[in-house]
Amino acid sequence: MTVHLDIVSAEQAIFSGIVERLIATGDMGQLGIEPGHAPLLTSLKPGPVKITLPGGEVEVFYVSGGMLEVQPHVVTILADTAARAEDVDEAAAQEAAKQARDAMEDQTSEIEYSKAAAELAEAVAQLRTLQAIRKKAGK
Amino acid sequence: MAGAKEIRTKIGSIKNTQKITSAMEMVAASKMRKAQDRMAASRPYAERIRDVIGHIASGRPEYHHAYITEREVTRVGYIVVSTDRGLCGGLNINLFKKALASMKDWHDKDVEIDLCLIGNKATAFFRKYGGSVVAKAGNLGDTPEITDLIGTVKVMLKAYEEGRIDRLYVVYNQFENTMTQRPAVLQMLPLPVAKDEKLRHHWDYIYEPEAKPILDLLMVRYIESQVYQAVIENIACEQAARMVAMKSASDNAAELIDDLQLVYNKARQASITQELSEIVSGAAAV
Repeated sequence: MTVHLDIVSAEQAIFSGIVERLIATGDMGQLGIEPGHAPLLTSLKPGPVKITLPGGEVEVFYVSGGMLEVQPHVVTILADTAARAEDVDEAAAQEAAKQARDAMEDQTSEIEYSKAAAELAEAVAQLRTLQAIRKKAGK
Repeated sequence: MAGAKEIRTKIGSIKNTQKITSAMEMVAASKMRKAQDRMAASRPYAERIRDVIGHIASGRPEYHHAYITEREVTRVGYIVVSTDRGLCGGLNINLFKKALASMKDWHDKDVEIDLCLIGNKATAFFRKYGGSVVAKAGNLGDTPEITDLIGTVKVMLKAYEEGRIDRLYVVYNQFENTMTQRPAVLQMLPLPVAKDEKLRHHWDYIYEPEAKPILDLLMVRYIESQVYQAVIENIACEQAARMVAMKSASDNAAELIDDLQLVYNKARQASITQELSEIVSGAAAV
């Protein structure tokens, strides 16, 4: 007896294939899923997912949390790509809001940058001219 | 032979430009292919989540999540996904036009607008244009990670949960093929959940620990993955648009070189003829 397993994250597919059983770390504790398990939906804690391939070979993946969905013929792990915590998300949100404020207040930065770039180009051109004159004089 | 030397230098400088644009074209082509692969890789996740949400939503009619429930609109949020860099034709301008048209519709109904900007070009545009910007992310590079976007998405989701915005749209470019990128305005919240009548009440999951927190988590992950996909797709569009723009720039340069070469040859021939006639007439005089 085997069951199809997909491990996907928002960025890529991590594993897809037939497995005999899998063991994952659910929010309520360790879960062993065998083929024919009842439909189940649970959240996962960060931890290893151990899968047994047909033939007895064992592979281990690490997921930093996510969801486990079991249907009679297919098991899906929707993995998070990074460890997620409410306060980390909150900090990221505040950072994004701060960036927005800074960008809107900072009216001058872009103009100043292009002005500086123009001045730099001019200075470089002057230097090159000087070098050319010196070379000529040296000859 | 006055003009010949200038023409030669001009041809040289155009050749250099052509080298740069054709190199950029090739770089964009290879980056586009990679971006397309990433687009395909991120699709299964969103599809699975949508299935699960659809199932929970149709299986548990008694539980109405805020993200599914329609409410009266007094303020809307827009997530505008643009590129970080230019030189990609009219990609960003077309996108902003589309976004502004959609915003104008709301404005006419006296609905206010909050903006969340992704990409430096959107920031530069709305800094000049004005608007209330509540979140921003930029400098994502060619391979953005979902962690780069969590903050901006969270700001908008929180605003939605707290009732500060009643609808959330995402504006980005849809990748049709290399030649066509279509700007699109997509409604994120409330989620348009298609209720599958066939599935209703036939079976249900065992939830651990409970349905509600899992559904809450799924909703957030779903929105995040949708925004992430929009960003990835926009990058594929950016590279495709850049590839086309650089190709036409290289072609234009080639055309210009041909024209100049003709002018140069004519000038060279004219000067040779002139010298010859001078020598011949000089010899005749002796």
